[in-house]
Amino acid sequence: MAKKRFKVIVVGGGLSGLMAALKICEAGSEVDIFSYCPFKRSHSLCAQGGMNACMDTKGEHDSIYEHFDDTVYGGDFLADQVAVKGMCEGAPALVRMFDRMGVPFTRSAEGVLDLRNFGGQKNKRTVFAGSTTGQQLLYALDEQVRKWETKGQVKTHVFWEFLKIIKNKEGVCCGIVAQNMNSMEIEAFRADAVILATGGPGMIFGRCTASTICNGSAVSAVYQQGARIANPEFVQIHPTAIPGSDKNRLMSEACRGEGGRIWVYKDGKPWYFLEEMYPAYGNLVPRDIASRAIYDVCVNQHLGVNGENKVYLDLSHIPADYLEKKLGGILEMYSEFMGEDPRKVPMEIYPSVHYSMGGIWVDRKHNTNIPGLLASGECDHQYHGANRLGANSLLSAAYSGTISGPEALKWAETGDRGSAISDGELEEARMECVHEYERILKMDGEENARQLYHELGELMNRYVTIERVNADLDYCYEEVKKILARWDNIGVTDRGKWANQECMFVRQLRNMILYALVVIKAARLRDESRGAHFKREFPTRDDEHFLKETIANYDPKTEDPIITYGDFDHSIIKPRPRNYAVAK
Amino acid sequence: MALQKTVTFIIERQDSPTGKPYTQEFELPWRPALNVVAALMEIQKNPVTKDGKRVAPVVWECNCLEKVCGACMMVINGKAQQACCALVDKLKQPIHLAPARTFPVIRDLLIDRTVMFENLKRIQGWINVDGTWEVRIPPRQNPNTAATAYEISHCMTCGCCLEACPNVGPQSDFIGPSPIAQAYMYNINPLGEYDKANRLNALMAKGGITSCGNSGNCVKACPKGIKLTTYLAQINRDVNIQALKNIFDH
Repeated sequence: MAKKRFKVIVVGGGLSGLMAALKICEAGSEVDIFSYCPFKRSHSLCAQGGMNACMDTKGEHDSIYEHFDDTVYGGDFLADQVAVKGMCEGAPALVRMFDRMGVPFTRSAEGVLDLRNFGGQKNKRTVFAGSTTGQQLLYALDEQVRKWETKGQVKTHVFWEFLKIIKNKEGVCCGIVAQNMNSMEIEAFRADAVILATGGPGMIFGRCTASTICNGSAVSAVYQQGARIANPEFVQIHPTAIPGSDKNRLMSEACRGEGGRIWVYKDGKPWYFLEEMYPAYGNLVPRDIASRAIYDVCVNQHLGVNGENKVYLDLSHIPADYLEKKLGGILEMYSEFMGEDPRKVPMEIYPSVHYSMGGIWVDRKHNTNIPGLLASGECDHQYHGANRLGANSLLSAAYSGTISGPEALKWAETGDRGSAISDGELEEARMECVHEYERILKMDGEENARQLYHELGELMNRYVTIERVNADLDYCYEEVKKILARWDNIGVTDRGKWANQECMFVRQLRNMILYALVVIKAARLRDESRGAHFKREFPTRDDEHFLKETIANYDPKTEDPIITYGDFDHSIIKPRPRNYAVAK
Repeated sequence: MALQKTVTFIIERQDSPTGKPYTQEFELPWRPALNVVAALMEIQKNPVTKDGKRVAPVVWECNCLEKVCGACMMVINGKAQQACCALVDKLKQPIHLAPARTFPVIRDLLIDRTVMFENLKRIQGWINVDGTWEVRIPPRQNPNTAATAYEISHCMTCGCCLEACPNVGPQSDFIGPSPIAQAYMYNINPLGEYDKANRLNALMAKGGITSCGNSGNCVKACPKGIKLTTYLAQINRDVNIQALKNIFDH
């Protein structure tokens, strides 16, 4: 007997969305994928260093338990341990799947997958394709999805922007409204379930390592429709990025995994401060630790390169042909943008906003609190707790898709879906978005949206990154609320009917401002230091009060987030102090 | 007081897919390491032309700004390239920006490259795996073959090679260098090899490898340094062998 076919909408064509789509196709159902860009241009491709999985091919007796423990410990015990355990157990099979799909992983002389070191782990556990692993994994899934497209089970909506979900009378998600970014037409689409896989909100910080499409707008939109956001204050600052005025370009942790050393001059001599401060892990401490150390050396001790906020990341002692094989792509990028050859001179780097551990609250099966709406990938809050280990993001993105896809089908088949929406209700949802867009087209105030955005980024970068101070966070919150009020006074110059990027940006900006408020408020209220969240006023972890997930709900009256705290499973590995100066 | 150093752009614009192209001139302050995307972002903040006219901000496509996503390809001073890594200091001024007209223009510098993704269907650009489930046969691969695949797999479908190729365009149905090199990559994969004949037959058909005129422009245009002409030559050889096989198999 043929199984009933369902229609699932996946928003986002990155690693997680495509993985979910493949699982749905294999189960015989159909997927509509909506994306800002051709899937091959999604932000997953910017992941460089690799993907963690216990392959244990280096004679180090690596184990899945060790991967699990490293991840939980690295995340400062704020991740749901049952979920993390599942991810670590699923990792080796995922690597073998990617291998079969033709990912050109870097191989050993014997032809098996090579492994490299990564931060916060003592064993070699990271499979990689040179220094462009994300690009290669993303392409593999894109190819498989294209195959399903030729079989008619995938329909792609490329250059479409997600605007909001549609709910029926019972509050169940049963479709979306989206806008074509070229023709500007707005349409409503029905679905048996919707999966958001829209990535992180890096752009609310202005300059970051993320792509310009990582604006968190879709997450903010569903948050305003009642979806909870969890742990938003946990924003990873990557220690090694090339500072730039348009963006901070990532310089992979793989540089240190392959032997790169971080230093500055002190008393006229190179000072390898990470190796001195953290003898057990050295340059391979987790990212939150490395970023804080660099910040301290530059900002508090004034030892940055030429007195600026920069330190050296040095590969010049490593043979050039080895570097070419293992790190070629990114070294070329450094030469191209900076005009210096990192094979010969140390690179100059500084920490940058990089990844959001928090996101839409999901259960272990990636259901949000809105029935029929799921979330997976960086836009969800699962797996990484208070700090993500390097090379766990490609893993969590792909793995979460293997969970959210089948779960969406299970919901479609057995969920309590309530009443069907009528054509009238669908049209009503569409018209709401049409009216909103028409209002933006007519805005003729004094403010420039790009200028407002610039101010938002400056505030977020200054007050809500490596070191957080309660008084500053209070100030920052009020300033961002002022930006929200000024949004109403924006004037647009583009009234064009084709590819009106300005009006779309104005709409995204409002969502970004509201997301920023969630991050600031959650950071303000967590009076402890844990993982990426650090307050000098409260320098230690406070398990008694804060071994809890932050939960943010949107208050439609004031537009402020309402912050509460929820329990999660930390029963398998008992929380213990985190100290990278000594071996675990 | 020293005069502030400035940068001048002459940008070819077009309001809609059927609109008439026109140019506008913009002047903005110079700063170190300024690239073309960063300059376009400055214009967004203050979309005023050199002669003081307030206009709609310039429309273009970009994502990663790290030269991996392929989105921001445009014609800069006559050469198709990625705008994010086109450093202003290395370009002759005034800097001319134009859309890559090998592809349909949607608006300003924004183009429609759907055809490139469609061509990946034609060459069956995937490995035919049974499914995403676990199959416990670890495929081994010669590390040298893997290194070649890795080089070709850097192709970001940006379209520089198509824009540079004299045989791609309305006058011909040539699918262009990029998808042909991709076909080679799948063909050398231990599992992809099983579908080699299908890919070669697809490239034997109209608009395939025989439409290549050996101009060699593609390899010079590729921002990723993929040895396109080498792989096109290899495919040409493989297609000829396949053609003979087809005769004898009948």
